[in-house]
Amino acid sequence: MSAATGPARTGARGSTREDRAGRRADRSARRRTIGTAFVYTTLVVIAVVYIYPFLVQVATSFKSEAEAVGSPLSLVPGTWTTAAYQELFLRSDFPVWFRNSVVITILVTVGRVFINSLAGYALARLSFRGRGVVFALLVAVMAVPGVVLLIPKFLVLNQLGIYNTFLALIVPLMADAAGIFIMKNFFESIPRSVEEAARIDGAGPFRTYWWIVLPMATPALVTLVILSFQGSWNELSHFIVAAQDPALSPLTKGVAQLASGGLGQGSQFPLKLGAAALMTIPVAVLFFVFQRRIMNVTTGAVKE
Amino acid sequence: MAAVDDAPVRHSAPGRAPRPEPARRGRSGIRGREAVAGWLFIAPMIVILGLFLAVPVLMAAWVSVSDWTGRGSPFASTVGFVGLENYERLVAGGGLATQDFGTALRNNAWYVLLVVPLQTALSLFLAVLVSRSALRGRGGFRTAFYFPSVTSSVAITVLFLFLFSASGAVNRAMEALSVDGPNWFADARGVLHLVLGALGVDQGPAALTGNGFLGITWWEWLAGPSVAMCVFITMAVFTTSGTFMLLFIAALQQISGDIDEAAMMDGATPWQRFRLVTLPMLRPTLFTVVTLGLIGCWQVFDQIYTGTQGGPAKTTLTPAYLSYQSSFEQQDWGRGAAIAFVLFAIIVFFTIVQRIILRERTTVPRRKRFVLTTRSGESGAVAGAGAQR
Repeated sequence: MSAATGPARTGARGSTREDRAGRRADRSARRRTIGTAFVYTTLVVIAVVYIYPFLVQVATSFKSEAEAVGSPLSLVPGTWTTAAYQELFLRSDFPVWFRNSVVITILVTVGRVFINSLAGYALARLSFRGRGVVFALLVAVMAVPGVVLLIPKFLVLNQLGIYNTFLALIVPLMADAAGIFIMKNFFESIPRSVEEAARIDGAGPFRTYWWIVLPMATPALVTLVILSFQGSWNELSHFIVAAQDPALSPLTKGVAQLASGGLGQGSQFPLKLGAAALMTIPVAVLFFVFQRRIMNVTTGAVKE
Repeated sequence: MAAVDDAPVRHSAPGRAPRPEPARRGRSGIRGREAVAGWLFIAPMIVILGLFLAVPVLMAAWVSVSDWTGRGSPFASTVGFVGLENYERLVAGGGLATQDFGTALRNNAWYVLLVVPLQTALSLFLAVLVSRSALRGRGGFRTAFYFPSVTSSVAITVLFLFLFSASGAVNRAMEALSVDGPNWFADARGVLHLVLGALGVDQGPAALTGNGFLGITWWEWLAGPSVAMCVFITMAVFTTSGTFMLLFIAALQQISGDIDEAAMMDGATPWQRFRLVTLPMLRPTLFTVVTLGLIGCWQVFDQIYTGTQGGPAKTTLTPAYLSYQSSFEQQDWGRGAAIAFVLFAIIVFFTIVQRIILRERTTVPRRKRFVLTTRSGESGAVAGAGAQR
């Protein structure tokens, strides 16, 4: 652009400017090619560093124990064996852990979607006395770091007499401030006129919420489902303090104890890595199905 | 409130009882129903968050000043009030409790000091690379970088235990470069001490070894993260850079291409454009990332629980894990709760400091940015006329 307007105005100096611009363009083009090559190389190297460990993980789970230790870098097992998985499914509590994780994750997710959207709607749309205070408290609650609550949570669960029950594993996870914020923000973006029409027709707040607003909130609900599925599937610390009965262990706790204590002797790397790979599959599937949305979720949630 | 205020003005007559009724009922028909609905809607949230967030904090506050041993209810009459004794044991006792707490703080401080800058720099670097408009396979790269963030900390720790085992993948790779890798998870030596040792300094000066803070000597404070802790640091950077990369990508998308183009017109080199144009505009995101990083880094627990349980030689002990360990394993609940509160205070402190810095900094770059834009505007106008450069 400057090359086009430049000569017209500067007259005599125009040609030199064009020359110089051309030379600069040449040089910058060459530099850009080198730059691009450099960028691609860097990206590929980093991507390999990021992905290779997961490939090793899967490969090692099909190796024998000796081979896992002997050639930890190879991606193709010398002799394929499913011994680790047999051990995991037939001689360990892994199936129980898996079942527990599935039950907990589903219930927590359903509960969160319902409770968070209800609260989000009330905070966004219904006017009632004390709303401002509730909202301020919610912000304050969000600031309490989770790890600090480890012991406190145990104390309350113990006091309530539900320590060591499924209830203790599930209910405390069912409301989270971040999810309420997401829902509140979304409901605020829906034009009020939609609800007013319903209200004029005589629909009460719950009907308006359930039949009119909630169906419109599908994108936000999907976001919420993704976040709470991932959150409760990967949760560890809460499960540690909420129960000690091995029959109530979900995957994270079970595998963590497997990693630190282990079954029997030896390093048992194929077994441990197999367990870790299996527990990654559900979130990995979720990730690849909703990839585009997940990439936007994180940004959307924090921007507010 | 409005109903009560308005009513008397309109009907100043004496018959007080019957008159406001219809008006109030008319309002409460809509308002009242909405208020009831509002409270009903948030009731589940209040019950859960109250019961499992607010009440626990209060209860833990009590336990932190009691001598409860984990038997029965902490509110039983046998449980005594011990004042600040639990806190005193942590910071001034000089015994094992103080020593452990000091060690845990030292370990975590080094962790924070290394992880926060590294993860911020790496995620920004990745975001800038991946945001190039001409890049092919952008989605693939983003997926690759983000994937470690999706997986659970337990699974990642198990993987790292394998990768960094004595004869593991990392040491094999290092062997190929003819470097002898350490026995990562069993190596308690501090990295700074190792560096100093290589320079021939094996013993710290008496000023450092003779005095200390929180039960460990200054020389020990300056040991740096242990080799084992370095693995956790690497792991944290590995798993969080993807998430933060997304934040930076979103922020980069907000910056319009015009500004970059304008800078390009002015002949700014790519590095200048990044440093003087892009970076100042990323500042809010930068602070978000640093704050989130700081808060997250002081909460290391899952990895330690899964991986090393504080070992070797307590060099991967963190306050969060120590709090858990002293309560659940040693039944010293008062100490555990006290540690949790000190940790809470630390996190709140850093968040507030962060806020203050953020407030100060935002005013400075805005002025800078203003100068920059006017200058580029001027030069843009002048360049058309007479090209000074």
